[in-house]
Amino acid sequence: MRAPSGDCHAYLGTNKKVATMAETGLIHHDDIVADDSKRDFIFLAAGAAGAIGAASIVWPMIAQMGKAADTLALGSIEIDVSKVAEGQQLKVLWRGAPVFVRHRTATEIAEAESVDLAVLPDPATDDSRLVAGPDGALKPQYLVQVGVCTHFGCVPVGEAGDYDGWYCPCHGSHYDTSGRIRKGPAPRNLLVPPYEYVSDTVIKVG
Amino acid sequence: MSGHSTYEPKWAAARWMDQRLPIVRMGADFMTMPTPRNLNYWWTFGGILMLCLIVQIASGVILGMHYVAHVDYAFDSVQRIRRDVPYGWLMQSTHAVGASMFFLAVYMHIFRALYYGSYKAPREVLWILGCLIYLVMMATAFLGYTLPWGQMSFWGATVITGFFGAVPVVGESLQQWLLGGYAVDNATLNRFYSLHYLLPFVIAALSGLHIWALHVTGSNNPIGVSDKVKTDTLPFHPYFTVKDMLAVTVFLMIFAFFLFYLPDALGHADNLIKADPLKTPPHIVPEWYFLPFYAILRAVPDKLAGILLMVGAIAVLFVLPWLDTSRVRSMRFRPIARWFFFIFIFMCFILGWCGAETPDDNAFLGLSFYRLSQIATIYYFGYFLVILPILGLVENPEERPASITQSILDHGDKPKPEAVQAPAE
Repeated sequence: MRAPSGDCHAYLGTNKKVATMAETGLIHHDDIVADDSKRDFIFLAAGAAGAIGAASIVWPMIAQMGKAADTLALGSIEIDVSKVAEGQQLKVLWRGAPVFVRHRTATEIAEAESVDLAVLPDPATDDSRLVAGPDGALKPQYLVQVGVCTHFGCVPVGEAGDYDGWYCPCHGSHYDTSGRIRKGPAPRNLLVPPYEYVSDTVIKVG
Repeated sequence: MSGHSTYEPKWAAARWMDQRLPIVRMGADFMTMPTPRNLNYWWTFGGILMLCLIVQIASGVILGMHYVAHVDYAFDSVQRIRRDVPYGWLMQSTHAVGASMFFLAVYMHIFRALYYGSYKAPREVLWILGCLIYLVMMATAFLGYTLPWGQMSFWGATVITGFFGAVPVVGESLQQWLLGGYAVDNATLNRFYSLHYLLPFVIAALSGLHIWALHVTGSNNPIGVSDKVKTDTLPFHPYFTVKDMLAVTVFLMIFAFFLFYLPDALGHADNLIKADPLKTPPHIVPEWYFLPFYAILRAVPDKLAGILLMVGAIAVLFVLPWLDTSRVRSMRFRPIARWFFFIFIFMCFILGWCGAETPDDNAFLGLSFYRLSQIATIYYFGYFLVILPILGLVENPEERPASITQSILDHGDKPKPEAVQAPAE
């Protein structure tokens, strides 16, 4: 392998000196060739070491910005849903964002169940947004969701909007009584967090 | 710039230094750049912007001595700076008002470049560097606005970082990586502080390249005809340093007016309420200098499309040198284009107005801000993507003076020599 042409100038001085040394018999001509291959080896070895070294430091520099262990550790909370009266909503902070626990009225449940799925931008049945209790039966009165608008992350206001559910004041997204997006710029329904009933009245979120 | 050095060391010590590190020569050559003699006051914003950057860095470094980047202390530490730290009120207000003044100046600078065709060949790279500076400025301003940890800080950061969540497939991971958690929190505040401290120095470096590129091509000028003869130019110092100083003085008077009489007028009252992740303010608005882009974001009902439009509104500036097909730089000689330009400025203000209001509200005559922002957004993009490309081909530009010197002579009452049409450049 030859040295790249762009580097010729850098080598020129040395090669002239080497050539002079060869002429005067100080070194043998074969040594000049050997010198070139050594230089190629150093070039490749240093280049490879540099590339591997750079790659192995770049990843930690990127990964450090991810979620830290203590942030991940604060991942789950328990909520006693029996303390939420009918028609009320509990707001709990979970992973830095509010979780809504809504005790829905019979009217709200009926409203959520009667919607034609075809009109929904993000179709989901009301049942699919609920979690079964320890007895295996759904508790439609308790709707648990992350209170973060799926548009740009604002906290929607409860019992507001055109569909009696939630309304996001930031950019005007309307959610229904099941937390499904009905109107406005938000692309998805309010997120249902991963949770389970640890007893008849207590849920564990996260 | 072309031409050899005219610097002559006056003292033995200067000569000694010049033979070892010719830094004074470099500065002297830099400051004597031949500059078109017909520059008007719209050309003084470059110098004003340089001052703005220095003011922001100086006041920012000082604020950094007292600010605490922690969710529990950030808000209080800013209040402490305003109330307890000696002259803290002055430093904090200078920095906050300074950000607005910086944007005011940069918009003047950009509009000047748009009107006089300063982005056209051979100044494309100069223009692109300017666009990059503007982009980094926007990032710096956004990061800085988060630091006082008021309600607008928090919810602005939530909305803006939400943009990254709209990226298909990797959006949520990307967003949480940027935030360092599930939501805007302490990790976010810390990294925003770190980056807010870093980026001004990136702006300084980019400004260095911007000025370097300026010295290679030379300044554009109000008639857009390149300087050709020696009488077309004057050395930058002292002619334009003095002119810039006058403009800087007027600019600082406006700055001082806000600083001493209306220090919080350009901010939002909600940002004097401590950040609360459980409560969104009824009406989230960005700082005034982002309002037009905020209006573009909200002009479409789709999240991703809104973001793409907003990004596109900046991106289109980068390719402007190749969108404008006219060979005439200055709009002074483009009778049709100049009116489209004035409408463009008007539409930018309309967008700013829409960004500050609630989309569903009535603007006038039953037209909602939502529809109004759509009209203005269409014009914004239409100006760059349709009007400028087509107009350059169909418009018949007015006769231009043969040279800068000629244009100055024509301005006087001297007999007008045979007008010679400047050749296309």
